Amino acid sequence: MTEAAPVVQSVLETRFPGVVTPDERKGYEGYIVTKEKLVELATALRDEMGYDFLSSVTAVDYLSEEETNLEVVYHLYKSTGGGSLVLSVQLPRDNPVVDSLVSVYPGADFQEREAYDLMGIRFDKHPDLRRILMWEGFEGHPLRKDWKEAYHNEDTKPFSNRWPDGQIFRSEDKNPYGKNNIYPVGFDPTKWEATEESLLYAGLGKAVGEKGNIETDYLVVNMGPQHPSTHGVFRMAVVLDGETIIALKPVVGYLHRNHEKIGERNTYLHNMPFTDRLDYISSLSNNFGYALAVEKLMGKKGAPSERAEYIRVIMAELTRISNHVWAIGFLLNDLGAFFTPALYAIEERELILDIFEATTGSRMMCNYFRFGGVARDFPEGVLQKIRDLVFERLPRKIDDIDAYLTDNEIVLTRTQGVGILTPEDAIAYSATGPMLRASGVPYDIRRADPYGIYDRFDFDVAVRYHGDCYDRFIIRLDEIRQSIRILEQALDQIPEGSVISGSNPYQVRVPAGESYGRVEGPKGELGFYIVSNGKPHPWRYHVRAPSFINLTAMEKMCIGQKIADVVVILGSIDIVLGETDR
Amino acid sequence: MYGKGIIKGMGVTLKHFVQTYVEDIKWFGRRYYKPEGIAHRSSKDAKGIFTVQYPEEKLPMPEEFRFIPFLIYDVLEDGTHKDRCTSCGICVKVCPPQCIWIEQTTNPDTGRPVPEPVEFYIDIDICMNCGYCAEYCPFDAIKMDHDYELASYERQFDHIFNKERLSKPAEYYATVRPVNNQLEEAVRAEKAAKKAEREAAKAAKAAEKDAGGESDNGS
Repeated sequence: MTEAAPVVQSVLETRFPGVVTPDERKGYEGYIVTKEKLVELATALRDEMGYDFLSSVTAVDYLSEEETNLEVVYHLYKSTGGGSLVLSVQLPRDNPVVDSLVSVYPGADFQEREAYDLMGIRFDKHPDLRRILMWEGFEGHPLRKDWKEAYHNEDTKPFSNRWPDGQIFRSEDKNPYGKNNIYPVGFDPTKWEATEESLLYAGLGKAVGEKGNIETDYLVVNMGPQHPSTHGVFRMAVVLDGETIIALKPVVGYLHRNHEKIGERNTYLHNMPFTDRLDYISSLSNNFGYALAVEKLMGKKGAPSERAEYIRVIMAELTRISNHVWAIGFLLNDLGAFFTPALYAIEERELILDIFEATTGSRMMCNYFRFGGVARDFPEGVLQKIRDLVFERLPRKIDDIDAYLTDNEIVLTRTQGVGILTPEDAIAYSATGPMLRASGVPYDIRRADPYGIYDRFDFDVAVRYHGDCYDRFIIRLDEIRQSIRILEQALDQIPEGSVISGSNPYQVRVPAGESYGRVEGPKGELGFYIVSNGKPHPWRYHVRAPSFINLTAMEKMCIGQKIADVVVILGSIDIVLGETDR
Repeated sequence: MYGKGIIKGMGVTLKHFVQTYVEDIKWFGRRYYKPEGIAHRSSKDAKGIFTVQYPEEKLPMPEEFRFIPFLIYDVLEDGTHKDRCTSCGICVKVCPPQCIWIEQTTNPDTGRPVPEPVEFYIDIDICMNCGYCAEYCPFDAIKMDHDYELASYERQFDHIFNKERLSKPAEYYATVRPVNNQLEEAVRAEKAAKKAEREAAKAAKAAEKDAGGESDNGS
C-alpha cells in the first residue's frame, strides 16, 4: 500500500497543482495524474524525490454502466527501500493515448508493450510499440472487459452448466478445430505472411547495412524458439556484425494463455492453483505473493495465524533454495558442462520437493497457501526432515557445489566480465532479484519493504558488485546460504497452534479497493496487482512477472558481446517461460 | 596454477563416483529394487548415485499426495452401496478449471432434487489436481487418489470419468490415507454423538413437556 509521506504529498501538490490529485475512491491510496504532465512529473519524482525504480506498469479497464475509463497504473519505489507511490492516469476508452515513460524509466518498455497488446493503450513516443504476447494479426485486445474468447462459456465461474444444470460436454465438440479462433475481417490464415517478422527486423533497425569501406552485411540470427538453451519456447532475434552483437530483441508469447483474463473469471480462491503454473519452479513463492495481495485487501480478517507465518517463511525459503540450485545447474548446462552439475544440483532439489510433496500433496504444483494461513500443517516427521536438511545436508552440499564450480577456470573465463549490467542501468531497467543485487544494488524486498514476518529474522542482503554473469552465478550461492540462515531461525522459533486464522471458507469476502502484494521471489520481485469491486471475482488481476521484466535489460547486457555469450547471459537471468508469457 | 580449480572440481565428481560403489558394497545388494534401499537413496544420508529406476522402482507416495479425485461410497450392512455425495455442488463451485459436472436426481413425484447425484463426471484432461474438491467437501465424499498411472489409448471418452469409474469404497480410502481417515472418522463420530445427545435431549424435553402438559391439564 502507499506509504507516501506527507512531505511527498505536499511537494506533489505544490509543485504540480491541478496535475496530481489524491485518489479518493474507497480502498485506493494513490494519486490521479493528468496525462499531459506525466513525463514531467515522473522525471521530477525520479530525480528529486528518489523514486527511481518503476516496479510495475499496467492498465485497468473500468467498464461499467457509469464509467468507461481505462486507467494506466504505475507503481514507483525508491531503490533505497520503503513503500510504494501509486500513480494512475485515466484515459478515455475510445482514444486511450498516453506519453510513454520509456525515456524516464527504460524498464517500462516491455510492460507498456504488454499494456498496448492486451488493453489497447497507445503509448506515444514509445520506441517500438508492437504487440508482445499476442501475434501481430490478432483481433482485439483480450484483457478488455468487452472482449470474449472463442471458448467463452460464462463471464464468471462457477458455470451453471456444470451444476445445477449438469450436462457433460467436451469443449472441442462445441469449438471444433478451425472454428476455435476469431480472425480479423478479411483475414485468411492460409495466405497470411509474417508481417510481424518485418516489423521485428525494422525494430532492430539494422538488418542490412554497410560498414566502412568494406562492403559487408549485418547478419540476423534467430535463436529459438526451440533452442535448448532458452529453457522453453523463447526466441531472440540477434543482429550480428561478425560475431559481435549490435542489436537484440527477445520474442516472447509462445506460451501465452492469458492468465490474467482467466484470473478475472475465477473467484479469489480459484486463482491460487493457477499461480502455481506461472513460475513452475517456485510455486510456493507465487502462492505467497498472491495470498499477500488478497490479504492486504481483506485487512484484519485476512491476517495469517502465527504458525502459518512461520510455515510460509520456511516454505518460501526452501523454494528459493530449490530454485537457485536449479538455476546454477542449468547455467552450467548452458556453458556446455552437459548435465553433471545440473544433476548434482537436482539431487538437493529432489529432497526439497519430497518435503513439498509430503506437506502440500504435490511436488511442483503445490497450491498450499490459503487466505489467512496455509492449507494444512506439516504431517508427522516432515519438520524433522526439514531440520535434517537445513542443519545437516544442505550447508555441506552447497559447499560441495561451491568447491566444484566457483574456481573452475572454464567457468571463470566464460562468465567474468560477460554481460555487464551497471547499477544505474539495473535500476533504470527495473531489474529485480539476484540480477539487481549482482549489480551492486543491495535491494531485497524482505529487507527494503518487509512482508510476512521477515523483519524478525537476522540475515544479510546478498550483494555483489561487478554485475557480470559470474556475479549473477555466485550471488545465488550467497542467497542460498542466507536462506539457510533464515530457515535455521524459523525452525527454532516456530510456535505450535492453528495453521489458519478463521474457518477457511470456499468463498472469501474481499472489500472493494486496489492492492499490490509483492514478494522477493527467487527470480526477482513478484507482484500481484488486484482490483476488487467487492464481488467474488477480482475485477483486475495483474501479475508483475520478474522473468518477463528482467528480460528488458537483455539487449543492454548483450550489445558488444559475442554471440556465444548470449546463451550464458540469458542463463544468468534465470527466466521461466511459464511466467514470462503468462 | 592454471587448472587448479578444474582439478578441485573434478575431485568432487570423483568423490561422487567412488561413493556410489562404496555404498553398493555397504548395502550389499539391498540398495536397488528394495523399499529400504529406495528410501535410503531419497534420504538426507544419500550418497553417490541418486536415480530411481522407474518403473522397476517406484518412490513411496506420501499420504498427502494427490492425483485425480474419486468418490467414496459406504457399504451398508445389507451389502448395498450408499454414496456419501449429496450433490450439493460445492466441489463444482470450488473447482478452478470447472472439470466437474453433476446431474442431480429429482424425485419423480414431487420434482424436487434428491440429495444424491444421478451422474457425476470429471474430465481428467481438465482436472489440475489442486485438491480443492476434497478439501472443501463437507461430507468427506470426494477425495484425492494416489493412482497416477492413467495413460490410455483413447482420449475422446476414456478421459471423462463417470460416477461408476470414480466410485471407490470407503475401505480403499482408509488404505490410501489412513491418518486423514482416522481424523475424519473421529470428527464424524463426535458429530454423530452430539447429534444423538441433542436428539436425546429433545426427546427428553418433549417427554417432559408431555408430562408437564398433562399435569397442567390436571390442575
